[in-house]
Amino acid sequence: MSDYIFYPGCAMESNAKAYYDSLMEIAQPLGINLQEIDDWNCCGATEYVGINLIPAYSLIARNLALAAKMGRKTIISPCSACYLNLAKADYYMAERPSLGEKVNEALAAGDLQYTPGSLDIRHLLDVLINDIGLDKLKEKVVRPLKGLKVAPYMGCMVPRPDYNNRWSDAEHPTELFDVLKAIGAEVVDFPGAATCCGGHMTQIGPETAYELIRRLISSAEKSKADIMVTVCPMCQLNVDAYQGETNSHFGTNYNMPIVFFSQLVGLALGFPPEKLGFGSEVTSTEKALAQIGVDIPESAIAEGKNASRKDFPCRFACEKQPRRKARPQRRQKHE
Amino acid sequence: MSKTPVEHVHARLDHDEDLSLLNEVSMKTAGVSRLEMCIQCGSCGGSCPSEMDMDHTPRTLFAMLRAGMREEALLSNTPWICVSCYHCVVRCPQNVHITDVMYTLKGMAIREKKYRDSTAPDFSETFVDMVEKYGRSYEFGLATRHYLKHSPLRMIRTAAMGLDMLKKGRLSMKPTTIEGMDQLTAILNKAKEMELAHE
Ligand code: SF4
Ligand code: SF4
Repeated sequence: MSDYIFYPGCAMESNAKAYYDSLMEIAQPLGINLQEIDDWNCCGATEYVGINLIPAYSLIARNLALAAKMGRKTIISPCSACYLNLAKADYYMAERPSLGEKVNEALAAGDLQYTPGSLDIRHLLDVLINDIGLDKLKEKVVRPLKGLKVAPYMGCMVPRPDYNNRWSDAEHPTELFDVLKAIGAEVVDFPGAATCCGGHMTQIGPETAYELIRRLISSAEKSKADIMVTVCPMCQLNVDAYQGETNSHFGTNYNMPIVFFSQLVGLALGFPPEKLGFGSEVTSTEKALAQIGVDIPESAIAEGKNASRKDFPCRFACEKQPRRKARPQRRQKHE
Repeated sequence: MSKTPVEHVHARLDHDEDLSLLNEVSMKTAGVSRLEMCIQCGSCGGSCPSEMDMDHTPRTLFAMLRAGMREEALLSNTPWICVSCYHCVVRCPQNVHITDVMYTLKGMAIREKKYRDSTAPDFSETFVDMVEKYGRSYEFGLATRHYLKHSPLRMIRTAAMGLDMLKKGRLSMKPTTIEGMDQLTAILNKAKEMELAHE
C-alpha cells in the first residue's frame, strides 16, 4: 500500500458523490491508502482568485499547511480545479517570494505555516498511471470493458498549465486514453479531449457555456462514443446536468452520458455498478452499460437515485422555452 | 472614417505609451506575470475557446494595458468571459500568466465598480461569501441565491434538474461547515488587511 494525503474538495461531498464512492471502492485493490486532510476547506474554485489575491492564496494554503503536518509527502486531489489551485499556490508562492511571505503571515494568524515545495501535489489520474502503474491495473481487471466505445475527456485544468511537467502533452494528453485501454475499453478518437466544459460559465454566461458543451458532445457523438469519461467534477456536472439546457438552447437532441474514470475502472475491477455511483447521473448510462452486459439494478433506481424528470410539473415550463436552432453568426472580430 | 478599437490602441501606443497600468496589473497578479514581455503575437486570442463572446481578445486587452487605457480595459467583458482553460498560457511564446492576469483584472474591475453586467461579479462575490461563512462551497445556496437575484426564470427552468440532483443525493440542502472556522476567519482577515496595504 502507498500512503497518500487526500484532498477531496467540496464537489466530492455533493454533486460528484459518484466520484468519491467509486474512488473509495477502487483505492484498496489498487493499493492506494488515503488519509483525508482533517478539516480541509474549499480551494476557492475559480472565483476567489478573481476577488482578492492574498486571501485567495491564504485560503488555498491553509489546506497545504494542514497537509504538511501529516507526515506524508504526496497529496492526491481528484478534482481538476482543486488540483490546479493547490499546485498553483505552491508554485506561485515560490515563484514570487513576496507572495509566499504574505501568505505565511496570514497563515500565522491561525498558527499555521507552509514552505512551498514541501508537498508533492498530484491528480488522481497521475498517481494511477505513474505510481500504481498500468501493469498493476491490468492485472486487477476481471471484467474488461470490451465493446464499450469511450471518449476520453480530460478537460483543461489537469494537463494545463502543468507547472511541474507531469503530463504527456498539454493539448493532446494520452493518460486517460492509456487507462481506458488498460481496462479493455475501446477508446475513440475524440478531438475534444482537452477542451473546456465552460466551468462556472453555466452560472454566469450560460450561452458561452452551452456552446462549449455543445462542441464537446457533438465531437463525442461524431466519434461514435457510447459514453464520455471525465476526471473532473465540474466537467461531469456541466456535460451531464446541463446537457438538457444545452439541448433546449440549440434545439438538439443529444443524449451522451458522462461518468468518472474511477467508475469505469471500478466496473473493470468487478465492483457492482450501484457501489460505484451509477444511477446518480442525469443523462442515463443504462444504454451504454448494456453494451457490456452491465445493468444498473432496480434498487439503485428505486431508492430515488434515478428519478425521472417527468415527475416534476415544471417539465412543462422547460419545454415551452423557445428553442434556438443554431448559434447565430459569429460576432465580427475586432482584428 | 472612425478608427477600429485596435487602430485606436496602436495610435495610443505610438504616442504616449504609459506603463503604469501594466505595472500595476503585474504587481497585483499572482506569480510573475511577465506581462511586459508580451510581443502581441495573438496566439492567446487564436487559442481561446470563448473568444467569440469577448469584446476584446486577450492580445488587444494587453495592448490596452500597455497604452494605459484603464477605463476601457476594466470595462472589457473579456476577463468575465474567460473560462480559465489555460489554452492561451501553454501556447504563449513569452510565458505570460494570461489566465491569472484575467483574475487580476476581474478583481480591479470589482473594486472600481467597472463592469457593465453585474451577474458575473455578483456570482464571484456570492461564492466568496459562502466560503467565508462555512469554509466550504455550498452549491445549492449559491445557485439559488444567484438565480433568485439574476434570473428567476432560469431558476424555474432548471428546477427539474435541481430536484433530480437533490433526489439523487447530489445537492445538499444544508451547507457543511468546517470546525476551524475561527482559524480560517483569522487567516482571511489578516490576508485582507495585507491586501489593502498592498494597494
Ligand atoms: S500569446 Fe503571449 S505574447 Fe502572444 S499576444 Fe498573447 S500574451 Fe502576448
Ligand atoms: S484561459 Fe481564458 S483567455 Fe486563455 S484561452 Fe482560456 S478562456 Fe481564453
